[in-house]
Amino acid sequence: MSTEDGRGSFDLDAAWDLAAPVSIRPERFGALLYHFGTRRLSFLKSPVLLDVLRRLEDTPTARVACAHAGVAAAELPAYRTALATLAASDMIRQRSAS
Amino acid sequence: MTVAPLVEQFQSGLDAPICLTWELTYACNLSCVHCLSSSGRRDPRELSTAECEAVIDELERMQVFYVNIGGGEPTVRPDFWYLVDYATAHHVGVKFSTNGIKITPAVASRLAASDYVDVQISLDGATSSVNDAVRGPGSYATALRAMENLAAAGFAGFKISVVVTRQNAGQLDEFKAIADRFGAQLRLTRLRPSGRGADTWDELHPTAAQQRSLYDWLLEHGENVLTGDSFFHLAAYGESLPGLNLCGAGRVVCLIDPVGDVYACPFAIHDDFLAGNVRSPGGFTAVWRSSELFADLRRPQTGGACASCSAFDSCRGGCMAAKFFTGLPLDGPDPECVKGHGSLALSKVDSKPKPSLDHSHRTGPVPVTIGMRRPDRACDESPLAGLGG
Repeated sequence: MSTEDGRGSFDLDAAWDLAAPVSIRPERFGALLYHFGTRRLSFLKSPVLLDVLRRLEDTPTARVACAHAGVAAAELPAYRTALATLAASDMIRQRSAS
Repeated sequence: MTVAPLVEQFQSGLDAPICLTWELTYACNLSCVHCLSSSGRRDPRELSTAECEAVIDELERMQVFYVNIGGGEPTVRPDFWYLVDYATAHHVGVKFSTNGIKITPAVASRLAASDYVDVQISLDGATSSVNDAVRGPGSYATALRAMENLAAAGFAGFKISVVVTRQNAGQLDEFKAIADRFGAQLRLTRLRPSGRGADTWDELHPTAAQQRSLYDWLLEHGENVLTGDSFFHLAAYGESLPGLNLCGAGRVVCLIDPVGDVYACPFAIHDDFLAGNVRSPGGFTAVWRSSELFADLRRPQTGGACASCSAFDSCRGGCMAAKFFTGLPLDGPDPECVKGHGSLALSKVDSKPKPSLDHSHRTGPVPVTIGMRRPDRACDESPLAGLGG
């Protein structure tokens, strides 16, 4: 289920997880994400964003995951937008909802 | 937070393909006139079940998310369903192309139950007369029956794969209507002059005016219609179509053929594009990572005659296989260059490469005026299939 339909309306203070049918393949530029349910491929164009995704399941909120991955406050809006896009394509899901 | 543009990353190759086409057999019940692998008869050297398992094990280790399985008609292999199950159990998703011959109601129900299997039914005409002229008598009915079975089993979003030809280019709305009727997704791909397509390309490939209409139609439908990125040469009209818009041959895609030979792309079954064989030491992984051919394809390419063209950054000179099999230089324009440079170049061609392989049924050549000529495969695998999003 898509939780958002637009960018920027992503709840950084909620708990998020990688969706179960999603596989990650690390690459020099970041990673490839593949969703076996929707059969969609996404490209993560940043190793830091990959780090954020890997930290989601062990952190209480997406904001904490970003902080642990070393995302500076000034960069947070860009990461929030990226996470919103991933949520809209069901690559990540809000933990309470899954 | 973006590093170098993705296209540049992809041009220099990845440690594993994003998208891999695997033709399981050259055997086919049909004889499509444009079959890009000249399929028909099984090759006695085809990979055994155990060898296929070993390839799947490698793909799992390389984290290849899914394979596009084709042929020939892959479902005629007795171990086909076993191999599909083996792949999905090893985290390699399967999308297979079929003419629909084996998609019975029972098979359709089984397929509908798996998230890891996708089905692509080949259809090259929205009417039986247009389709059957290319794919053979009865093939339209077979494909439609398969679609009905899939829809009845609740398989949402299977693909209907159409190779765009001069004869069906005016039927795009009708194809879309068929897809909508079955809750399927339409996929349009480009006709390549590969395999038996080399013999029929002159008659089948869309006219310049049809290409323009196709481009406008694709822009209008956006990501709702898949193209496997196969029309990136049309980006020279202006706006790019959805997709990566690059030739992925040997960089992010490749082909494993039924005997284990690895080619740069599904449309380039020729010795010039043969990178190695999965049976050799190191297997597929070694071929992908260290073949000389692939290393060469991953080097920066020169634009050649196209470098001075204002559209070169958009179309990148078009499709390597289309150029090769029409006898054009690889660093020149695509035969269907929208600026018209291809037709000029074609007029100067005096010899074309001969196909390296032919598994066509031995029924003898039949004249091609909208006629049958031997086998098929699911004739439409293409680089970057399914990369719409």
